[in-house]
Amino acid sequence: MIQIIDLVKSFNGQVVLDGINLEMPQGKITVVIGKSGVGKSVLLKHIVGLLKPDSGQVLVDGVDITRLTGRKLQEMKKRFAVLFQGGALFDSLNVFENIAFPLREKTLLSETEIRRRVLERLEQMNLSPEVGDKFPDELSGGMKKRVALARAMIQEPEIMFFDEPVTGLDPPMTNTVFHLITKTHQESGYTALVVSHDIPDVFQVADFVAMLHQGRIIAYGTPQEIQHHANPVVQSFIHGEVDFLEA
Amino acid sequence: MVNLLCLWGGWVLSLVQDAGRMMLFLLEGLGLAFVPPFRGRRFLQEIQLIGVKSCLIVLLTAAFTGMVLALQGYYTLRKYGSEGALGSAVALSLIREMGPVLTALMVSARAGSAVTAEIGIMRITEQLDALDTMAVNPMQYVVMPKLIAGLVAVPLLTAIFDVTGIMGGYLIGVVLLGVSSGSYFSSMVQSVVPLDINGGIVKSLVFGLTIILVACYKGYHTEHGAEGVSRATNQTVVLSAILVLAWDYVLTSFFM
Repeated sequence: MIQIIDLVKSFNGQVVLDGINLEMPQGKITVVIGKSGVGKSVLLKHIVGLLKPDSGQVLVDGVDITRLTGRKLQEMKKRFAVLFQGGALFDSLNVFENIAFPLREKTLLSETEIRRRVLERLEQMNLSPEVGDKFPDELSGGMKKRVALARAMIQEPEIMFFDEPVTGLDPPMTNTVFHLITKTHQESGYTALVVSHDIPDVFQVADFVAMLHQGRIIAYGTPQEIQHHANPVVQSFIHGEVDFLEA
Repeated sequence: MVNLLCLWGGWVLSLVQDAGRMMLFLLEGLGLAFVPPFRGRRFLQEIQLIGVKSCLIVLLTAAFTGMVLALQGYYTLRKYGSEGALGSAVALSLIREMGPVLTALMVSARAGSAVTAEIGIMRITEQLDALDTMAVNPMQYVVMPKLIAGLVAVPLLTAIFDVTGIMGGYLIGVVLLGVSSGSYFSSMVQSVVPLDINGGIVKSLVFGLTIILVACYKGYHTEHGAEGVSRATNQTVVLSAILVLAWDYVLTSFFM
């Protein structure tokens, strides 16, 4: 269980997160929706320990990750895996080496076992073994996402974070990535946080949805509850109405 | 007037803060060399990037520098009938000053800018964040091997520069202008003392560390996308050149 309590963060005097309170139940997929630039990725970076808040807590099984440093923080991070918006694949390594990277860094597995596991993950992501020899700049956007998901999944994480997993993908690839998220979640049972503004596609993977607006969570519930939420801001967002103030 | 003072004060404060942050960055980077895992393979990759790939440009610069020094030196020394001291003039100029400084400037232009661009792109494409979330310290995986490689590669490149420059001087002085081969080398042996060589080594160590520190620091703190990478790369080349020349003055004053 992950609990975020009164999380506040500002950059150069501009408040981005203004007292966030959110729970991510164990083994469930929680989706955070909201307009671009509202602070969804900033929230995610606080939970994985990449950013420190001005105040507030992020409790992972009761341990406040914002106060952890050094080895304890590293140990905590071993429980996480993150699928970054652009994939964040290492340019200098080919696909095989990218997926094998966490195993080489964090385990003492033999080369044969590493190879077996990498090929297994490639197959799980519907990628042929030949893709392993390609470099990230030779891949399409969808393939990059799948390779990044394979690299995340090979760590067998307890908690997965997805930062805009389908942004920039075409509809079939969007469905493929959501299908892979659902599939890997069913197989592994991880707790997940998905940050996305892809409405309504993202509802297909969500157990719970929270909407972030002006630095606060303004709505929380199941996808059905959110779709029928009384708040006009939520309705305006999920129906994609033109925001004249922003436009 | 008060505004001007405030402006200057702010500028000096930010300069001091930046220098402090860079020093902490250096200490963290070097300190991680003593913490496992030791990253020997990464160190060798960086030696290849910073050292081996800079060899050609260092060889070319050294050869032409030695040739020019011999040409200039020959006509100056001939006025006093001291052509025999040409070897000494070329070697001392190269070992004390030209070797360390020109090698550092060449490495800064070729490898320093490449290091900044590489780390800067890793920053803006979240590759550094990805390392962090995999519980791999990006400072240890990316920065530390580069710092150590800079510390090892630049003195070696400087040695290559010195030898190549002396041979370039030999080609012009002895083969082309007819200075005696024996006097070229014997004047060199008589005038170059261990202090000259040690001074050159110390300079190249300091320059190597400075160049790669600036390159890593600027790359690591890149912001604002592709334009930010371009700006950081530019700053690396300018700042490391200025620092190399400033350090050169300070270190020369110690070794005189």
